[in-house]
Amino acid sequence: MNASTQSHSFDLAAATVRDLNAALHALKDGSNASLWRVSNPRGLHAIAAGLDAPVTVEIDGPVGYYCAGMNKQATVIVRGNAGVGVAENMMSGRVEVEGDASQAAAATAHGGLLVVRGSAGARCGISMKGVDIVVGGSIGHMSAFMAQAGTLTVLGDAGEALGDSIYEARLYVRGSVTSLGADCVEKEMRDEHKAQVFEKLKSAGLDGQVDPSDFKRYGSARTLYHFHVDNASAY
Amino acid sequence: MNEHVKAPAAPRTLPRESATFDAYTLSEIRRAAATGIYDIRGAGAKRKLPHFDDLLFLGASMSRYPLEGYREKCGTGVVLGDRFAKKPIELKIPVTIAGMSFGSLSGPAKEALGRGASAVGTSTTTGDGGMTQEERGHSNKLVYQYLPSRYGMNPDDIRKADAIEVVVGQGAKPGGGGMLLGQKISPRVAKMRTLPEGIDQRSACRHPDWTGPDDLEIKIEELREITDWEKPIYVKVGAARPYYDTALAVKAGADVVVVDGMQGGTAATQEVFIEHVGIPTLAAIRQAVKALQELGMHRKVQLIVSGGIRNGADVAKALALGADAVAIGTAALVALGDNDPKWESEYEALGSKAGAYDDWHEGRDPAGITTQDPELMKRLDPIIAGRRLANFLSVMTLEAQTIARACGKSHVHNLEPEDLVALTIEAAAMAQVPIAGTDWIPGLTGRF
Repeated sequence: MNASTQSHSFDLAAATVRDLNAALHALKDGSNASLWRVSNPRGLHAIAAGLDAPVTVEIDGPVGYYCAGMNKQATVIVRGNAGVGVAENMMSGRVEVEGDASQAAAATAHGGLLVVRGSAGARCGISMKGVDIVVGGSIGHMSAFMAQAGTLTVLGDAGEALGDSIYEARLYVRGSVTSLGADCVEKEMRDEHKAQVFEKLKSAGLDGQVDPSDFKRYGSARTLYHFHVDNASAY
Repeated sequence: MNEHVKAPAAPRTLPRESATFDAYTLSEIRRAAATGIYDIRGAGAKRKLPHFDDLLFLGASMSRYPLEGYREKCGTGVVLGDRFAKKPIELKIPVTIAGMSFGSLSGPAKEALGRGASAVGTSTTTGDGGMTQEERGHSNKLVYQYLPSRYGMNPDDIRKADAIEVVVGQGAKPGGGGMLLGQKISPRVAKMRTLPEGIDQRSACRHPDWTGPDDLEIKIEELREITDWEKPIYVKVGAARPYYDTALAVKAGADVVVVDGMQGGTAATQEVFIEHVGIPTLAAIRQAVKALQELGMHRKVQLIVSGGIRNGADVAKALALGADAVAIGTAALVALGDNDPKWESEYEALGSKAGAYDDWHEGRDPAGITTQDPELMKRLDPIIAGRRLANFLSVMTLEAQTIARACGKSHVHNLEPEDLVALTIEAAAMAQVPIAGTDWIPGLTGRF
């Protein structure tokens, strides 16, 4: 934050999520120096959803479903755990969860960066369309289901059926993978991929903590891109 | 009997085709045996089903007087989404254009839908492929579908929309996701959907970040927050369990419920799915209305019915059974020029014929509507096709008004089940109106 940062406090025990979002939606591009501190989120839903300004929102506590949904430009920091669908369909900006994230983190997100310092539940990165996701802990089952584009970097383990029916997203997992989903295969980890892992770790502020060489890469075998009778057992 | 006289040949029976193994069934068995994969096609259920044709209006008589056909006003306007939305949609006619994707349809076809609908004061709907400039630019009122795939979904387009339709399912395939085969995944379609060009795209059938009505309530809350509670939010379901689905959609906070019967079309799905999953439109309406009435929400949460709506009589019948508006898809495409006999030789070359062509997924539509082929697309002039659609929508509205006036109604919404009788037991049971000439409603009254 620079010296001109204007700080606003917003207490969700005294006002509603609607009040907060209406105030944040009223911000224009020029308000990039703003810092909003939100207290008493108490697991409420749709906090800071639909933002479209380069503002920073720090939420002091746990949030419910769809925090920072469809985010553009904004930086949203959750100092707690996040419910289902944090940063769902994010277009750009940055969302950080200091605790754990529930299911469907960054579902269908097109861009931006989601960092989960803890672990993420099932279906992390489901149908992701270009977002970068970095998870400090582990991810649950069916993560990156139908993942179309973007990267999912996991420092811990991945659950069952990772990357089922994956398209062109890149998955990097440092720990174990319980099982791979249909059409998802391990791929060679070349230097360009190690460089990409390093870049993603760096953007998440985790560079230097782990070695990019420790990660394995997973992606699409592209055998299900076209209907073929011999693949019927995989459909 | 002289044994040297040749006995006349014994009479032979005519060749008898099986009703069970009819010609279509046999052709499908042969096709399946040859290819090893299910048949995929577009459109909705083609089998004979109880439908609006099985209902009749009673018209005015001694106890009810009609309105003058050309003089007395019969309103057709409908307001959609005034339960929670700050900016409900106001339509001049009770007929809307159902969701059809760019990708399944060409850009000019989407433009034509927008032009036609806007000319008569109604809305169009996007589909499983995001919002294009063609339809936003030419649709005065545009409903933006929120689908499991979320292809092209973004907050800028959602704010440009006039309403949001959360698609749980569609009548052609309740429980199924979208499908667009490689022939139609052009560079532009691929880019909009963030997919590799030319792949066989199968959309998800469940939403990625919510499951069930309790989650949906939270999802709707999020969509309202993102759009500052301005946009009406529709929930669309394929007709399967319309009583429960409607009640749960209302509970989840929908402004509008869309119920799509099995005659409702699709761009591409398995034939077995289209013909064997879901229930007819006629069977769905009263169930949905019952749910709304029991919740005290009839006419407060609006009901849009779709699936096999073809003319003003169908519109009037759907409204009389309790719908607030209808949506058309297949009929709108036909109005644009789909399946036109002028392309007969080309349909035959594709192994089909005008009126039966449904291989929309192959992208070789002679009419230039269900294609991404640049040359075929040129065959559809969006201005002329839009005018044809506007004409058709006007005729549907005039026909519905004609019936409403004959029943003595000053607004098409004043039509009611009491105005209807049924021709068949099935239709009477589904529509919950008596068989003509009786006071018997199967399932409700015990007498014939």
